[in-house]
Amino acid sequence: MATPFYVAPEQMMKDRAEYARKGIARGRALVAVEYEHGVVFVSENPSRSLYKTSEIYDRIGFAAVGRYNEFESMRVAGIRLADVKGYQYAREDVTAKSLANAYSQALGAIFMGGEAKPYEVELLVAEVDGDTGEPGHELYHILYDGSIVDESRFVAIGGDTEPLTSALESRWETDLGRDQAVQVCVAALSEAAGRDIQGDNLEVSGLDATRPRRRFFRLRGEELATALADG
Amino acid sequence: MTSEDLLSSLPRPFDVGGSSFFSTLQREAPQAVPPILAGEWPQEFRSQLVEGTTVLAVVARDGVVMAGDRRATAGHIISRGDMRKVFPADDTSAIAISGAAGPAMELARIFATELEHYEKVEGEPLSLEGRSNKLAGMVRANLPMAMQGLVVVPLFAGIDRRTGERRIFEYDPVGGRYRATESAATGSGALAARATLKRLTDPEADLDAAVRTAVEALFDAAEEDSATGGPDLIRKVYPIVAVIDAEGYRELSDDDVAAHVEGVIDARRR
Repeated sequence: MATPFYVAPEQMMKDRAEYARKGIARGRALVAVEYEHGVVFVSENPSRSLYKTSEIYDRIGFAAVGRYNEFESMRVAGIRLADVKGYQYAREDVTAKSLANAYSQALGAIFMGGEAKPYEVELLVAEVDGDTGEPGHELYHILYDGSIVDESRFVAIGGDTEPLTSALESRWETDLGRDQAVQVCVAALSEAAGRDIQGDNLEVSGLDATRPRRRFFRLRGEELATALADG
Repeated sequence: MTSEDLLSSLPRPFDVGGSSFFSTLQREAPQAVPPILAGEWPQEFRSQLVEGTTVLAVVARDGVVMAGDRRATAGHIISRGDMRKVFPADDTSAIAISGAAGPAMELARIFATELEHYEKVEGEPLSLEGRSNKLAGMVRANLPMAMQGLVVVPLFAGIDRRTGERRIFEYDPVGGRYRATESAATGSGALAARATLKRLTDPEADLDAAVRTAVEALFDAAEEDSATGGPDLIRKVYPIVAVIDAEGYRELSDDDVAAHVEGVIDARRR
């Protein structure tokens, strides 16, 4: 009778984490920066239609890095959760916090062995202009193992984020305009990559609290060129 | 649906209802989907059933106008004088409802959520044809309730984003979908409204003229049909008039509608 190999739980978790981290590090990073009226997401993405960011609900946006099929299914599940909740209760009851918790639970369960392998994704859930009484934005960073970090000002997700974080640290100021925030992101991405990243290779989107109802926006073509040009 | 359910609602490959909010709701929160009823209803219950009455739509050169009166009835009683029967479905289309008010308003809400859900999941909005077909399916799903007397008949109008075409779709209680060329009306006062619409609708007229036509038709419906409310000049409750053009969906302010109503009254005063 064959005896199954014993693998220490610590070792198994370590292997799974390393597997997920390696997968994520293969892709390109994404940065999110808070500005005066919301949050912008910027990443290098040559595709015109396969996006890393999405609208989830009125005030909630989603951004992800890693394996496309995995974060895409997370994105759709998030939209489903938000829409069902908003339909059953009220639109203002759909919050980034509960969605981030759901993602954290789901990724945690998958990492702990719910699936054959952990998901190779990192997610960001952002919310602008919440009803908490105080103005401010919420930014939740969810890792492949379900751990969740409440970020502020700016955050870089993906593989090698250290140079990006320090590049953002030196550029970020309070009350940036939307276009300035986009430029800060592009400059940080270019600096970390060591090359100039052009507008047609960028995916730029975000949340703008001054918009009516659906706050999510995406900058493309002309609009993006204008945003990158001024200042 | 709680956060633990996120895993269960992960999309499955080749799921035909994958972009549909209604399918998701049926699967993830079946208790929120209207149940199919059986058995006879007591008479007292029937007489308490709130019904919405006349809604209509008119094509104009630059868009579509949709309007509805404000009356709701329960049996022979006027139950509300300020009901809303015209709703935005999305940026470029509107839905108006007649029939059993509760299920009808629910239909409008599910339909609007459905369109937004599709747009978010797919990244592209549904075509106008697609939207009108989806609505037909939802009316059809209501058939068991319609058999019980909870009939819901919507009216759908909008502009196709790709072709810029203006269209109106009419429905029947079993989910039949009919494309109207110039105008359409549904609800208890539809007969009178339709006569006026036929006479006055000019698809090449501007939006202002189409709004006037809509107000005239509602006025005639209110005169002929006891369940349709005329403009309430004392309490300043006017019909809801929505316009959909290249800039999207918007509703006319009470003052604008009041001006049209005054115009109609002046023309008829002797």
